[in-house]
Amino acid sequence: MAKNFLATAMIWLVALLISSVFLYLLSDMLIHGMARLSLAYLVDAPLDAGRSGGIAPIIVATAIIVLIAITAAAPLGLATAVLLTEFTRQKSGFGRFVEHSLDVLASVPSIIFGLFGNAFFCLYLGLGFSLLSGGLTLACMALPILIRTAVEGLRSAPDDYRLAAAALGMTRSAALLHLLLPAAAPALAAGLMLGIGRAGAETAALIFTSGYVDRMPASWFDSGRALSVHIYDLAMNVPGGDASAHAAALVLILLLFAINSLAMGLTRHWQRGRIHSI
Amino acid sequence: MTLSRHNILSLSHTDEILAALLRLCALLSAAIVILILLFLSSESWPVLQHVPLTRFLSDASWHPTQGLYNIAPMLSATLLSTLGAILLATPLGIASALFSHYYAPPALATWHRRIIALLAGIPSVVYGFWGLTTLAPLVGRLHPPGVSLLTGILVLTLMILPTVALTVDAALAGVPNVYLRGAVALGMSRWTMISGVVLPAARSGITSGIMLTTGRALGETMAILMVAGNVVQHPHSLFDSVRTLTANIALEMAYAMGDHRAALFATGLALLAMVLLLVSIAEFFRRDLVHG
Repeated sequence: MAKNFLATAMIWLVALLISSVFLYLLSDMLIHGMARLSLAYLVDAPLDAGRSGGIAPIIVATAIIVLIAITAAAPLGLATAVLLTEFTRQKSGFGRFVEHSLDVLASVPSIIFGLFGNAFFCLYLGLGFSLLSGGLTLACMALPILIRTAVEGLRSAPDDYRLAAAALGMTRSAALLHLLLPAAAPALAAGLMLGIGRAGAETAALIFTSGYVDRMPASWFDSGRALSVHIYDLAMNVPGGDASAHAAALVLILLLFAINSLAMGLTRHWQRGRIHSI
Repeated sequence: MTLSRHNILSLSHTDEILAALLRLCALLSAAIVILILLFLSSESWPVLQHVPLTRFLSDASWHPTQGLYNIAPMLSATLLSTLGAILLATPLGIASALFSHYYAPPALATWHRRIIALLAGIPSVVYGFWGLTTLAPLVGRLHPPGVSLLTGILVLTLMILPTVALTVDAALAGVPNVYLRGAVALGMSRWTMISGVVLPAARSGITSGIMLTTGRALGETMAILMVAGNVVQHPHSLFDSVRTLTANIALEMAYAMGDHRAALFATGLALLAMVLLLVSIAEFFRRDLVHG
């Protein structure tokens, strides 16, 4: 009996501890970040290595990198997911090979993606330190998440749809376009949000692919500094950059919270929809 | 009986084209991993060609510009910080998952899960920054300099805790309900039910989750780079500054040339090998879960 009571107390204590550390971290970021955050901070260019001024070019560079990553990864991911769910048997050799290599890809550390991106996109393909190199590196990173969510979404579309489509003599392409993809749309959107969140949070893979330059990028072949790289640089290499780093961290956290909440909301909506349709 | 040339379930001409296109895309997705291995190997080849592997552990120090490639101190820093973080995060993560499954009232459990999901979404650079500005001064008050193995372990723990909690949560959800009803019917107390029925039943899932998390901790770069101090040395106490393999790559890639650069790619390759080994072990446990 004493053991049972002790366990209950410990588990409540751990839950309390986790929540309080979370609140501590969040309030810390909020209090220090708000001190520096203003509209001017969002629309100005950084001055004095980022100690003063704003983060406008950095936000633009981050947006371009994430956009490139998603534009490259989404079609590839969707096509792979469709192949895995609709065009191969679950036990087929090719399908298993693809799924297994994606599992491996999902576990590759981000710094390794950075090394690979540097060797492949920057040097081998000759893209140099550019937003394009960074975006494509992140595309490789986000691919497994996009595929996994899309596969789940497609697998949960009822088999009745496929049978009915076949009975009506629809081609599989038509069934896919008119029935299965619309049915899986919320899951696809949620996966897209998760991919964007993953790409936006990334630092290590970007340091030596998209680089450090904090000017406004003129094209996607320009080097550009992502928000997370900006935080790292201010905290580690710029004495007196903490105030600006706090504000940048707050902006990044708020953006990611918004994106993740959207993803969670979409998933909930999608699961509710599924229960109704049964 | 009429035999149509096409079975209704066979692919039409349009579908054949689409299938070929999709197959190409899937092949491309699957090829990325192979491409990564290929480029990592080819970039590290120059140094692996004329430096025997044993020298990476037996050289006098890490001075790659002078041809000295001892990565042992950084390897020990990586292994110690990962071990420390796993030892701390595993019990905390399991307790957190138990809390939201068996202890918290439903409304509180939802909130707790939401907090864990949000913690999982915070980028590693923010954890590192928070560790640097808040945790490091606290540890420094105990024993200077503050940026140390201990701070690294604490930040890493915080980072992987949500992953442990989420995977254990999923493993607990997979425990069949009849087990729980049986345990309750036998009049077990809650803790007896958990320690005697739930945890053994979810053991494979939990182990697999912990292996995957260990892989993540090994590969983590930014957070540990910002709080561990980055001095290349074997730590003698928890308060010593250390540099992990990942931090070393991030710090030196910017200016590394020739053999130095190749040596960094070689450490990357070693890191990837360790992570892939852990993933295979996790896969083994997961398969065990499916069959058992």
